[in-house]
Amino acid sequence: MTKQQFTKIVGIQLLLLCTLLTLSFLGIILFDLFSKGYSALSWDFLSTAPSKGMTQGGILPAVAGTALVTLVATLFALPFGVACAIYLNEYARDHWFTRLLRASIRNLAGVPSIIYGLFGLALFVEALHIGASILASGLTLALLTLPYIITTTEEALHNVPNAYREAALALGATKWESIKTVVLPGAMPGILTGTILALSRAAGETAPILFTGVAFYTRYLPGSLLDEFMALPYHLYILSTQHQSLEQVRPLAYATAVVLLGMVLLLNLSAIMLRIRYRNLWKTSK
Amino acid sequence: MMNRRTFWDRFYHRLFAFAAGLCVLVLLGIFGMLLLNGFRFFESVSLWSFLGSSNWNPSAWGKATYGMGAMLWSTLLVSLGAMVLAVPLGIGTAAYLSEVAPGWVRDWIKPAIELLAAVPSVVVGFIGIVVIAPIISRIFGLSNGLNALNGSILLAVMALPTIISVAEEAIRSVPNTYKEGAYALGANSWTTLMTVTLPACTSGLIAATMLGMGRVIGETMTVLMATGNANAMPHGFFDPVRTITATVAIEMGEVPYGTTHFYGLYALGAVLFLITLIINLLAESIAAKFRKQGR
Repeated sequence: MTKQQFTKIVGIQLLLLCTLLTLSFLGIILFDLFSKGYSALSWDFLSTAPSKGMTQGGILPAVAGTALVTLVATLFALPFGVACAIYLNEYARDHWFTRLLRASIRNLAGVPSIIYGLFGLALFVEALHIGASILASGLTLALLTLPYIITTTEEALHNVPNAYREAALALGATKWESIKTVVLPGAMPGILTGTILALSRAAGETAPILFTGVAFYTRYLPGSLLDEFMALPYHLYILSTQHQSLEQVRPLAYATAVVLLGMVLLLNLSAIMLRIRYRNLWKTSK
Repeated sequence: MMNRRTFWDRFYHRLFAFAAGLCVLVLLGIFGMLLLNGFRFFESVSLWSFLGSSNWNPSAWGKATYGMGAMLWSTLLVSLGAMVLAVPLGIGTAAYLSEVAPGWVRDWIKPAIELLAAVPSVVVGFIGIVVIAPIISRIFGLSNGLNALNGSILLAVMALPTIISVAEEAIRSVPNTYKEGAYALGANSWTTLMTVTLPACTSGLIAATMLGMGRVIGETMTVLMATGNANAMPHGFFDPVRTITATVAIEMGEVPYGTTHFYGLYALGAVLFLITLIINLLAESIAAKFRKQGR
């Protein structure tokens, strides 16, 4: 074997090693959490409130809070984001406003999540007097997920062949009618995928809700959108760093982590499945 | 009198344009909010002492000090450490995926990397506490494994998906003719990768690195949980550190609204925002170039 062949083999193995190392991080996270959190998981854990200073009981208020706040975020971000994407892909020509818009969206996606938290505190909680609440947190998370929804929706719209639009217009439809009846239905799987990913992002975020409504502990389930709430990620943070007897509540922290990660991974897996299912949607029809 | 269909057509056109305009307003709003609250802070504290001093002690009785030096250095230390770990690993993985792996392997690995990107930062921080910290304290004989090194390892994991996807795109954008030229001269796949393909997409790899950096520098929960949060100048990777993001997260809950301390946290946010904005703008302008090249 020549020296060149030898370095080639070693080099390629090195690349493989990099890939395996990257994947092993995912493996370690999944294995450690699921193997240690499994035993504390039960139906009771999911369906009861924490008790005895959070050393016993379950996480029901946190699950409910996270579900509600994610729902609020999606309700605001989805119509707004889709409208934005429709403007970009269907109407906008290349001029200064479009360029500014695209630059804004790109940079919004790069803004650290805690800055969204500061913004939510200043705008929703203080300036608009909503107060620390599910609504304020939901709106903050809506802003955070907006760039994702816009980007994925725009891509979905972009994938709809132009022939479809032209056919609708040729039949006498106005631009809006062609969008409503032809373009949007065709882009639906892509929009749905993006929305699910945005949901999972919103559900796992902690920093933006830290100052806008999340509570250390609430005794009851939230009664209205203006109540403070418990959330899974924040609960995990509390149980793993802020509780007075950290070692005692470690099993609860593990179980909370499993529930949170399980939820997020399920959402992501379903998005991936959706994408694979509809991957060839336009290939056959082109 | 306008036809009803034409009316709705125009109505929706305006509505979509309005939504798009609001989007721009959000970014400007974030920017304006940080500037406004930051300015209020600099009414009582000089910019020079804010940036130049390392003494952050807002609750000191009578003589509060607001110096962000130690935090800035902590943030850079942890982020640079993360890059040192993540960049070689990320580029190696990207090269494997685009140049070596057969299609079906790639189809399995890419979703796995997406899942890694989806792990919430608070879960990553938890892993830092229960897995990484004990390992660090055992290997290096420290009493406590919550330090800058721990943060760097975790942030490296969080930066990897970004680095891999951008780097892979960059490597793919290298025209096939380059590689064919190298093969025709008798180079094997490894030599081609190292001497032709990677050098041809250096700018894309730099963009990947910077976008990864932009991602980790603003990360909050992970560093808050895993780096020990000591409010002091760190001397190395084994010291506990407190980053800009962690400081905002810890102190915002405790300060009364409208105080100098409150605005000081917004000023910290403004510095963080500017750093990430500059990094992202630079990375995007570099990435835009290689994307054009690839076509």
